[in-house]
Amino acid sequence: MDVTPSQYRHCDLVKVSGRIDSATAPQLAKALDDITGSGRFKVVLDLDEVEFMSSAGLRVLISTQKTCKRYNRGELVLASVPKRIYDALELAGFVPLFRFFDNVLDAVGSL
Amino acid sequence: MVDLFSDSVQPEISQETGTEFGAFTGSSVRSNRSIILTAQFENLDRVREFVAESAEECGLEPAAVYAVQLAVDEAYTNIIEHAYGGESLEQIECTCRMVGGDLEVTLIDCGKPFDPSLVPEPNLKAELEEREVGGIGLYFIYQLMDEVQFSFMKNLELGKNCNLLRMIKHKEK
Repeated sequence: MDVTPSQYRHCDLVKVSGRIDSATAPQLAKALDDITGSGRFKVVLDLDEVEFMSSAGLRVLISTQKTCKRYNRGELVLASVPKRIYDALELAGFVPLFRFFDNVLDAVGSL
Repeated sequence: MVDLFSDSVQPEISQETGTEFGAFTGSSVRSNRSIILTAQFENLDRVREFVAESAEECGLEPAAVYAVQLAVDEAYTNIIEHAYGGESLEQIECTCRMVGGDLEVTLIDCGKPFDPSLVPEPNLKAELEEREVGGIGLYFIYQLMDEVQFSFMKNLELGKNCNLLRMIKHKEK
């Protein structure tokens, strides 16, 4: 798994590729915690190149969304979510908890 | 109930790389492959690849292959976290068989007994702040596989009690 964060003026973009499982999820959690830990709470997660995601990845998404949305200070939005990953999010009942965008540009523009 | 390992050749155990072997166990079983890996998260890649190969060989659709990989990943993670109480050099055996066109995956560990009825069902409709992810792994296993059976029994060969998780994915007709 590779995690590539980029900081923009009004939000942060985190691009993930590869496989998110119990071995790699801590690395994603750290990248997101680094962003929220420095007081930035508008985050786009680009999942276009994610091949696999287990519930370990879901745990990171939900915990980051809780942190971002607290005090109405921001939001984690998801961009370019592959069908299989979306199906898992749906199975877990996560779809109502996130906004989804077909591409990064729309996701960044929404924040 | 089957005796663990009783119908297969006990593979040599390698903690570094695991061991794959094939065995002929009867006319109804076309293929039977096992891998033994240590209870470490870094082995999730390996076990997912292993079951994907068998699932593809079995003729499952790509979405079903992914479902099997996700279920096995969740089960393997649960074994590490709950049966063994964290990562360790203890072993987990994964066996794939094709039975009548279906794929059967079994996972065996000799950690603490696991009782799925003690795991609370996840609340899939809770508000964000109340949402927990505990229990979702088990929920995924039940949702993604067609048959799921947990048992805890004496492994005659190893002389100790082990968890046996047996999962079946039907080939879509």
